[in-house]
Amino acid sequence: MPLFREPEGGAGVAIRATLKRDLVLMMRRRSEVLNPLVFFALVITLFPIGISPDPELLAAIAPGLLWVAALLAALLSLDSLFRSDYDDGSLEQLLLSPQPLPALALAKVAVHWLLTGLPLALMAPLLGIMLSLPAGSYAVLALSLALGSASLSLIGAIGAALTVGLSRGGVLLSLLVLPLYIPVLIFGAGAVQAAILGDGVSAHLAILGALLAVALSLAPWAIAASLRISING
Amino acid sequence: MAFDSLSAFLAMGGHGVYVWAAWGVTGLLLVGTVIHARAERRALLRDLRRRARRAQHHGASSDVATSVSHQEGHARES
Amino acid sequence: MWAFIHKLGSPKWFYAISARLQPWFWVAAAVLIVIGSAWGLAFAPADYQQGNSFRIIYVHVPAAFLAQSIFVSMAVAGFIFMVWKIKVADMAAAMMAPLGAAMTFVALFSGAVWGVPTWGTWWMWDARLTSMLILLFLYFGVIALRGAFTSRDSASRAASVLAMVGVINIPIIKYSVDWWYTLHQPATFSVTSRPAMPMEMWAPLLIMVLGFYSFFIALTLMRTRSEILRREANKRWVRELAGEVS
Repeated sequence: MPLFREPEGGAGVAIRATLKRDLVLMMRRRSEVLNPLVFFALVITLFPIGISPDPELLAAIAPGLLWVAALLAALLSLDSLFRSDYDDGSLEQLLLSPQPLPALALAKVAVHWLLTGLPLALMAPLLGIMLSLPAGSYAVLALSLALGSASLSLIGAIGAALTVGLSRGGVLLSLLVLPLYIPVLIFGAGAVQAAILGDGVSAHLAILGALLAVALSLAPWAIAASLRISING
Repeated sequence: MAFDSLSAFLAMGGHGVYVWAAWGVTGLLLVGTVIHARAERRALLRDLRRRARRAQHHGASSDVATSVSHQEGHARES
Repeated sequence: MWAFIHKLGSPKWFYAISARLQPWFWVAAAVLIVIGSAWGLAFAPADYQQGNSFRIIYVHVPAAFLAQSIFVSMAVAGFIFMVWKIKVADMAAAMMAPLGAAMTFVALFSGAVWGVPTWGTWWMWDARLTSMLILLFLYFGVIALRGAFTSRDSASRAASVLAMVGVINIPIIKYSVDWWYTLHQPATFSVTSRPAMPMEMWAPLLIMVLGFYSFFIALTLMRTRSEILRREANKRWVRELAGEVS
């Protein structure tokens, strides 16, 4: 009987292992999960202070404010997506793995969304109350953010992968990623606006879904290519 | 001709400031990029010639190799 | 034919071939832009509604077309570099980017200036200008990313990936922004569809567009040639060339 054996493998095992590892690691680093949420709340607090506490005015701009603040909070959390793995060398190990890198990258992004984007989406209605967001739009707010933030995680991961090896990559990351976020912002905030006006939101949500589909099919490969560039550079 | 006189042409029916500002900036940038490209090429050739002369004097190719890495850092600017 | 394309990939051959092509594009650019400008500024009729400020279209539209075309060219060049490892493609992509950003700025500036007599404001968040502004940021991103890497090969590959990601997003961004704000006039010029303008107005526009494109090709050829010299400086043919040039 051989002493050493190649581990039973296959892409499925590797993906599940990556998911589990990243979940555990992120749960240990509670601050990484909570920081974006606190940032979200803080930014929303800044607007009434900086603009006006008038509920009617806030209600008019609430959809956009909530979406922009959530978007920025998601952006903030991106830098740490690959950084700690890059720093301790486990990213390089991931690249050496025989399993398809796009699938593993997708697993990492999925965990990131689960612990960043989704919480932001669930917290948003609370902040919506503080901005006098009109009734009938709270569910759409959460739904559009949940759907949209998945795209934001995927697109943002490309930028994070490109800049993970750079010394001041964080600033550059924002420049790279924010223009690409704009379509998601337009249809996400648009969905909430439509809900307030009583118009149909299905078109907006459908487009958000389409954007997510495009991101899901293309981003993993871009992320993988970008990771290889950053590691080999 | 769409204009009766030179002054009418420059005035552009009251919109002269806008038309000439737009055309002016465009022209400046077009000309500017050409000037920059030509200066870039001239400086490059000057540098290459200097290196070729140095290599001749010293009779070694190691000079060229070190200068190449200097050029690489320089190339980042464009 | 493949042999010709393969030859183009060699820096030395590209340098030689482009030497012969360059002058034609400069001449074409000069002639077309001078004729187009004279026609557009002095001979074309003023617009019924906008008067003479309409003449800004003769720089705004060519610049806008170039701004988008250059980004697409950059992405295509990046793709060619990533797939076939042709370095000349990457050199061209690197040299194109600043001109693309400059043209985007020209489109923004001329569009904004045009807005003053037309809408009474220096800036308008309409679909066209907003898309152009986003495009300018995309250019800045590619240029900044290329400059951030110390290894040239990493810089080239990263810029190629970003350019490709950007180019996929450009139609998505355009569609989104168009949907978001439908104030700007519909596109007045398209090669395939019937123009809404009379011939006296769109003919000089076509000439200017062709002139700008010739300018882009001429300038990119010139700068790519410089970049070839820069990157291949330690090759013998470059050293010999430098020795010949007085």
